[in-house]
Amino acid sequence: MSYILGISAFYHDSAATLIHGGKIIAAAQEERFTRVKHDFSYPHNAVEFVLSYANIKLKNVDHIIFYEKPFLKFERLLETYVAFAPKGFLQFSKAMPLWLKEKLFQKKMLLDLLKTHDKDFNDEKKILFSEHHLSHAASTFYPSPFEEAIILTADGVGEWATTTVAIGRGKKLEIKKEIHFPHSLGLLYSAFTYYTGFRVNSGEYKLMGLAPYGEPKYVDQILGNLIDVKEDGSFRLDQKYFNYTTGLTMTNEKFHNLFGQKPRNSEDDKISQFHMDMAASVQKVTENIMLTLSKSLKEEYKINNLCLAGGVALNCVANGKILKEKIFKNIWIQPASGDAGGSLGAALAFWHLELEKDRENINIDSMQGSYLGPEYSQDNIENELKKLGAKFDVLNNEDLIERTAESLSNGAAIGWFQGRMEFGPRALGSRSILGDARSATMQKNLNLKVKYRESFRPFAPSVLREDLENWFDLDADSPYMTFVADINPKIKNKMTEDQEKLFGIDKLNVKRSEIPAVTHIDYSARIQTVHRDTNSKYYDLIKKFKEITNCPVIVNTSFNVRGEPIVNTPSDAFKCFMGTELDSLVIGNCYLEKNKQIQSLKKDYTNEFELD
Amino acid sequence: MSFLEEFLDFLRERKKYWLLPIILFLVIFGGLIILAQGSAVAPFIYAIF
Repeated sequence: MSYILGISAFYHDSAATLIHGGKIIAAAQEERFTRVKHDFSYPHNAVEFVLSYANIKLKNVDHIIFYEKPFLKFERLLETYVAFAPKGFLQFSKAMPLWLKEKLFQKKMLLDLLKTHDKDFNDEKKILFSEHHLSHAASTFYPSPFEEAIILTADGVGEWATTTVAIGRGKKLEIKKEIHFPHSLGLLYSAFTYYTGFRVNSGEYKLMGLAPYGEPKYVDQILGNLIDVKEDGSFRLDQKYFNYTTGLTMTNEKFHNLFGQKPRNSEDDKISQFHMDMAASVQKVTENIMLTLSKSLKEEYKINNLCLAGGVALNCVANGKILKEKIFKNIWIQPASGDAGGSLGAALAFWHLELEKDRENINIDSMQGSYLGPEYSQDNIENELKKLGAKFDVLNNEDLIERTAESLSNGAAIGWFQGRMEFGPRALGSRSILGDARSATMQKNLNLKVKYRESFRPFAPSVLREDLENWFDLDADSPYMTFVADINPKIKNKMTEDQEKLFGIDKLNVKRSEIPAVTHIDYSARIQTVHRDTNSKYYDLIKKFKEITNCPVIVNTSFNVRGEPIVNTPSDAFKCFMGTELDSLVIGNCYLEKNKQIQSLKKDYTNEFELD
Repeated sequence: MSFLEEFLDFLRERKKYWLLPIILFLVIFGGLIILAQGSAVAPFIYAIF
C-alpha cells in the first residue's frame, strides 16, 4: 500500500493531497493556511498538514506527483511566441525570465522545497509529473460512483489542452480528443470577466452571479465574431479580438470596438446594465457550448454517465442546464474542479494508470463529502478560544443543535465551524456562515454587514436531501453545490406588473419566493443537498430548523469576508466573528454570542483583506 | 546535468528538435533579460505562462 502525494502549485490555487492505497486521506489548499487568497506558492503548509494527518514523514511517501508538465507548457509558450512574432515581445519579456530562472527547473525546485519538510529527503526519482488535463480528468472520474463515464474537462489552459474528452472504464482512463490553446472556453469567459471589470481567475463566479440581471443581447455578436462553434460543440476563437496570447491583457481594441465600450475600471466605473447584459450573453454562449458538447459526446460514445472537471465545471449554472436537459442519466462533478483538485487527480492518475491498481468501492462517491481538510478536537478548540479571550458556553450536541436552530429561526447570522474543512472552493457546512432562508432581508444584510461584498451576489441554500423536490426543481444529489436549478414553482411568489418592469439590481428587493434569501432574481438557486451519512451534525441542524419553522432550507455561505480565504482554524473563525456583524459562532460544541464578548476584542475587519 | 538530459529526452519524445536553436537563443537572450532585471515576478493579470 503506497502513499502518494499530489501537488499543484506555481500557477494559482496551490494544494496538496495524500492518498493511501488509492483512498483519499487528506487534501487542502495552501490559501487556507497562509490566508492569501488563491495562493500559488509551494504548498508547504498543505503538505505538512496532509503528512501530519496521516501521521507519516515525507520519507514514507512513495511517489510525489506534480499536477502538470512544465516542459510541455514551455513548448506551448515557445511555439506561441514563434507563431505570433514579432507581436508578443512584451509578454515574452515577462515570461522568459520567470521560466529561465525558475519554472523550467521545477523538478530541482520541487526537490529543494520538499527538503524543507525533511532535510534528508533526496530521492529525485520519486518526483513525477502528470498532465494538467489528465489530472483534472482523473480527479473527477476516479472518485465518482461510476464504473464507466464520459469525462469532459474544460478550463483556461493547461499545457496545450484547454478542453479534453476522455473515457473512463474501471481503472482505465483514456483521453480521446482535445481542443488546444489558444482556443479556450475558460479564456473566453475570463476575457469577459476582465472586460466587465472583475479580476481574472477569481471574478468569474461574480460574472456568473451577475448574468441573471442582464439580457443576453450580445449572443449573436459573440457567436458571429469571437467564437466559431461547430455542430459537435468544438470551437475556435478568433484571435483578432483577444490579447492574451501576446499581450498583458485579455482583450484588445478590436474587442472593445465590437461592443462599443472600454473595459470597466473596477475602481471608477459602476456596474451598468451593459455589463449585466455582457455577463448574461457570455453565460448563455458558455451554456450552449457545454450543452452542445454534452449532446454530441453522448451521441458518439453512448455512455450514460458524465464526469466534469476544470474551472469551467465550476460554472454551476451551465452544469444545471446539462442536468436539466437529461442528456445523461447521471452527472458527477469534482467539487475541487479548479487547479487545487489537480493535486488529487495527479495522485489518483498515478495510482490507477501507472501502478495499474484497481478501483475499490467503485459505485460509491469516494470524495467523503469533500470533508478532507484539518479538524480540531474539542479540547483544542476550547484552549484556542480561551487564549483569544473568547466567552463561550460548552453544550452537548442536542442543546447545541437546538440553540443554533432556534437562533437561526430568529434571524441570526451564525458562523458554523465543525469537523474537517472542505476541499474545494465551496463551504459545505463545515466552515459556513448560516442564515434563515425565509428572511427577506438576509441576502442584503449578509452581503453588506457580514461578507462586505457586492449586494448583487446571491447566496446558496442547503436543503435536506429528502425535501429537495418539494422546494426545488431538481431530482438529483448535489452535495457539492455544483448544480443550479430553479426553485419549485409552488413556493414562487408571482411578481406584480410593476415589479416585472424593474431592471437589474432593483429586482433584488422583490420577495420572489418563500425562501427569498436564496432565490436569485431569475428564481434559480445553487443547491447543496445535505446527507446524514456525510455530515450528520449539519443534517441534524437543518432538521431541527425544519421542526421549528417547517422549512428544511437554510442559507449557506462560506465562512469568510470578501477577499479572505475561508477560515481554517478556530482562531481564524473567532477573528472573522469579531470583525463582522455575525451574531453567534458555533465551533465544535462551543457556543459564542457576540453580545457576551469583550467589546475591546472587536476590530475593523473591512480592510483586513485585499478585495478580490 | 539531469535537467539537460531530461530536456533532450523531452525534445526527442515530442520530435521537436527545431525548438533547440530557439531555446539556445533564448538562454542567451533570456540571460540578458535576467541580468537587466532584479527579480522574476509574474505580472498580476492573467498569465498564460
